[in-house]
Amino acid sequence: MTAITGSTALWYASRATGVVSLLLLSLVVMLGILVNRQGRLPGLPSFAVTGLHRSLSLLSVLFIAIHVATAIIDPYVSIGLAAVVIPFVSAYMPFWLGLGAVALDLIAALILTSLARAYISRRTWRGIHWLAYAAWPVALLHGIGSSPDLRSGGLLLVAIGSALAVAMAGLWRVAGKAREVPRAERAAYVLAGIQRQAHRVRAGHGGAR
Amino acid sequence: MTQTGDDVKRLRVNPIDCAGHGVCAELLPELITLDEWGYPLLPGGPVPRRLERQARRAVTDCPALALALADAS
Amino acid sequence: MTHHATLPMPGPGQWVSEDAPSPVARRRDDRHGGLIPRLMPVRPAPTDLTEHVERFGAPPYRGAPRRLISDVEAAGLTGRGGAAFPTYRKLAAMAAGRGPAPVVIGNGAEGEPASSKDKSLLWFSPHLVLDGLQLAAEAVGSATVGLYIHRNQRLYERLEVAIAQRAAAGLDFARIELIEAPHRFLAGEESALASRVSGGPALPRFKPPRASQRGVAGRRTLVQNVETLAHLALIARYGPAWFRSVGTADEPGSMLATLHQADGRMGVVETTLGTPIADLLRLPAQAVLVGGYHGAWLPGAQAERLPLANAALRPLGAAVGAGVLAALPADRCGLAETARVVRYLALESAGQCGPCFNGLPRMAGALAELAGPRPNPQAYADLQRWSGLVAGRGACHHPDGTVRLVSSALQVFAAEIDHHAHGQCTGASGRPFLPLPAEPPLDDADWR
Repeated sequence: MTAITGSTALWYASRATGVVSLLLLSLVVMLGILVNRQGRLPGLPSFAVTGLHRSLSLLSVLFIAIHVATAIIDPYVSIGLAAVVIPFVSAYMPFWLGLGAVALDLIAALILTSLARAYISRRTWRGIHWLAYAAWPVALLHGIGSSPDLRSGGLLLVAIGSALAVAMAGLWRVAGKAREVPRAERAAYVLAGIQRQAHRVRAGHGGAR
Repeated sequence: MTQTGDDVKRLRVNPIDCAGHGVCAELLPELITLDEWGYPLLPGGPVPRRLERQARRAVTDCPALALALADAS
Repeated sequence: MTHHATLPMPGPGQWVSEDAPSPVARRRDDRHGGLIPRLMPVRPAPTDLTEHVERFGAPPYRGAPRRLISDVEAAGLTGRGGAAFPTYRKLAAMAAGRGPAPVVIGNGAEGEPASSKDKSLLWFSPHLVLDGLQLAAEAVGSATVGLYIHRNQRLYERLEVAIAQRAAAGLDFARIELIEAPHRFLAGEESALASRVSGGPALPRFKPPRASQRGVAGRRTLVQNVETLAHLALIARYGPAWFRSVGTADEPGSMLATLHQADGRMGVVETTLGTPIADLLRLPAQAVLVGGYHGAWLPGAQAERLPLANAALRPLGAAVGAGVLAALPADRCGLAETARVVRYLALESAGQCGPCFNGLPRMAGALAELAGPRPNPQAYADLQRWSGLVAGRGACHHPDGTVRLVSSALQVFAAEIDHHAHGQCTGASGRPFLPLPAEPPLDDADWR
């Protein structure tokens, strides 16, 4: 029987927190899309959606921090601190871990700009926030490639489920954009609605006038 | 009680960026209400000191970054 | 005193006939002895460079920035684009600013379908406007100068030629760039102008910062109506006392006005501030629209006794504005006319601000309802509520101006509202009176 060493515990911790991070990130992306589409969580006010989006993103930072720390400290594989932020420089699995570094860099940018969003320009904040759509798939790929965990069993279902959920949310986002009335047509759109309504009212009154 | 001095702040909204999320009205109902189309109606006067913290939260939490707390001048 | 042939009513930027527009009516102001026209040519034909230099001489540069500003201050020139802001203050503030040199743009995009004065001025006296641009640029220390006009092939070509001739004659120290604006009501709004001249769409921006702080390409920008610039060019030559020899003490000088007579004739005249409205419009009329589509209606009997001056008009909720005066014929329904205009104003919303693009169309609908027989009683209350909701809540003053027009209509045509409630209308003719362009904007390209 293999002894569960300190090293193994660290390795398991890294893998576990990695999975949780991915789940949290998936929820964060979905909630972000919900905010954009002015959707609601049943029975909760709008600020609950924005609040949950922020809270879960900060929670994911915590889990990512533990995921990264345990991976560095664990002596079994050689992953240096540099490899955490600089993509593709680690000795162990440089490509897949490199993707993790990319995701981490992107997430760091998202988190830092969002913490400072009252102080930076709206344009800057929004520009960087678009990177979220890059950060999530990179994180997913990192997860699939770095360890066999997500490729079989229950965790495979988790990975597929998260991917499907985020993809559907993404489609919903795109659909919302497609159905948005272009700025130049907004007044005309409202006016047309008014006129249709007035017509219906008049038609309804029929001979009453 | 009137507030004087440089620390008097007013709420301002950028109506072009505002998309009518309504988060501000939920976070600061004492000062902000929504019109019949979901856009914020802001108070004309300064923000009372006791509500300034909540006002700052509303500014930070506006999904469109359309709300600002500006000096009254 | 008869008015001569008037300009045919073009659609925005389009001349009705292929020929040059017919002569502009001129007025002789007997009360002051100073002969009008000043801005308009003596002969009813566009002034070319030779004639211009013959009549006025070369532009009288002062040799250094700021020197002209005290003359402008003494003259009491105010902006002729509608806001009537003291011109010297704009110039002084721009000249005093620090940082990179400012940009100067002449605003010829009047936007207002009922106003033709800027088009006429640019057509008949382009060199006065171009002189004014150069002098203003010198005064504020700018060498980046532009002229902003609605798209119009013939006007553009004429101005191109005029600019080229001046360059050849060495009259201009700054090269003037011609920038075209779309045919939108808001295209001439200061921040929309700055946006367009910077290469983007002619959409109003949120203020602050104003164009005077961050305008074209992020630089401080002086925006002046073309008529203001033309006056500037004359003040520079003849001095403040000459400018003040006509007009009133508080509102000196001459001005261009676009007149819409009850018989359907329209013309641009040069007149003086303080001239009785009754001398300009053939009155009595049912009602008079003063200022333009962001202006106000006044009862005909009241307008008959008023001068064209802000001192008299402001207390009544009106203003000289861009100098539009329209006399509503007796056989038209004021509510119906206003409803048509408000529908146009609603469709001219930039669509950027929720209160505007939601409120203005609904106001248009309610007004159309009031203009019809036996309107829904809720329409009046709705109109009041929406007026209160939209005013001051846009990035520009489009909602405010629209509310001003609507409020004045509800007051002036109150009796008519009552008639309609009983299924009657005093307007015998359903023919439209106030001019409106045919095509509404459809998409983003219509704003470029």
